[in-house]
Amino acid sequence: MFRHAFLSALLCLGLLPLPAAAAPPAVVLATTTSTQDTGLLDVLVPAFEKASGYTVKTIAVGTGAALAMGERGDADVLLVHAPGAEASYMAKGRGLSRALVMHNAFIVVGPPSDPARVKGSATAQDAFAAIARTGAPFVSRADDSGTNIKELALWKAAGVTPEGSWYVKTGSGMGDTLHVASQKAAYTLSDDGTYLSQRATLSLVPVVEDAKDLLNVYHVIVVKPIPGRVSDLAGGEAFASFVVSPQGQQIIRTFGRERFGRPLFTPDAGKGE
Amino acid sequence: MVEIAALSVAVSAAGTALGAVLAIPGALWIAFGRSPFRRALLALFTVGLGLPPVAVGLAVAFALWRSGPLGFLDVLYTPGAMVLAQTIVVFPLIGTLAVVALRGIDPTLPAQLAGLGLRARDRYVLLAREVAPGLVAALLAGFGRAIAEVGAAQMSGGNIEGQTRVLTTATMLAVGRGEFGEAFGYVAVLLGIMAVASGVALALQARWA
Repeated sequence: MFRHAFLSALLCLGLLPLPAAAAPPAVVLATTTSTQDTGLLDVLVPAFEKASGYTVKTIAVGTGAALAMGERGDADVLLVHAPGAEASYMAKGRGLSRALVMHNAFIVVGPPSDPARVKGSATAQDAFAAIARTGAPFVSRADDSGTNIKELALWKAAGVTPEGSWYVKTGSGMGDTLHVASQKAAYTLSDDGTYLSQRATLSLVPVVEDAKDLLNVYHVIVVKPIPGRVSDLAGGEAFASFVVSPQGQQIIRTFGRERFGRPLFTPDAGKGE
Repeated sequence: MVEIAALSVAVSAAGTALGAVLAIPGALWIAFGRSPFRRALLALFTVGLGLPPVAVGLAVAFALWRSGPLGFLDVLYTPGAMVLAQTIVVFPLIGTLAVVALRGIDPTLPAQLAGLGLRARDRYVLLAREVAPGLVAALLAGFGRAIAEVGAAQMSGGNIEGQTRVLTTATMLAVGRGEFGEAFGYVAVLLGIMAVASGVALALQARWA
């Protein structure tokens, strides 16, 4: 009896994937938590699905993880923001094309009391050096995201090895990390879109913005399929074309204006790097 | 919200049902069988109680990634993948509790019923009634674990809007976005679903008691 039931259970499990496999193939988009946490994808993805007829599976991870998914062929298209890491990804031959999509800015935020006296620093690099010098608490994403990669580059530029009890690693997305920083009265680096969209629930203020070392640039990369594995090259290319098309760029240009009073991203398609 | 709640219930119920199909025959074997390997299965159930859903989710995702051994099926980030993960999460719990329920009945009961001169079919119905309340409790516990866990649902489903977003992963996303009111809303719905499920289970138990 046991053997019989066990076999039927296995059969049931085996049959499970069938209905899903019969559904039309979906484009897997690996992207960053900042595009999801701001809500941009909630507008951009449905517009693409409507315009193209494709279904998108959006997986929001850090840029590092998104690039790793592309490398393994686990995604069809990537929307990421770490130009250095993207360049080495392209150099490995795992991308068919890479196009500039949009930018916003990173922003250094911290407690209103500003214990490290960094408000008004000319560059983020200067602010980071001051934070390390005074030992004021700093919260790091520490998740290999685009923001985290940028943060580590800023520490390096400031000539600081960030370690010690003042340096807290969350290993979480941008929204969660902002809340940790808010609760700990600590500084952190954020993309300004996520900060702006969550400002109401945070006791953090911008301390460095509009600095020349705080540009946050997003690219779309079409993943090169790996022969013999499931992939949707046409869907990936369609998504990449859509985000740089006039319609996609218009969505990016207006996104956030109603809710936050100003757009969260600036469309850049076709501009020089 | 309705869509998210409905998917939560559907995926968790399917995972519980499949988990029960896997676990209850095993529990019957453990409770009434004679084979020395029964202990090994019981050990598997018990160890499985401590299996973190996120570990199950990782294993399922790893197997179903396009680069994984079952990638050709292309089922990762579908409700089917979530059901598979939740089945693995809940079957040890259902199995363990079913063994407890089955062992709880008087071992001499079958002989007593036979002694009363009842037909085989009637004896079977009486025995089933005896164990049903315990099995209902096992199913309710399995359903509760499935619908409340977030790790396996996130890793195997990917929290895709309109496709694989369930109450727990929606809650995590709402918190990440700082939408705490929305997050509490999802939690309240989750608790409401569990209250209804408990009510149904209690009613069934009362009927068979």
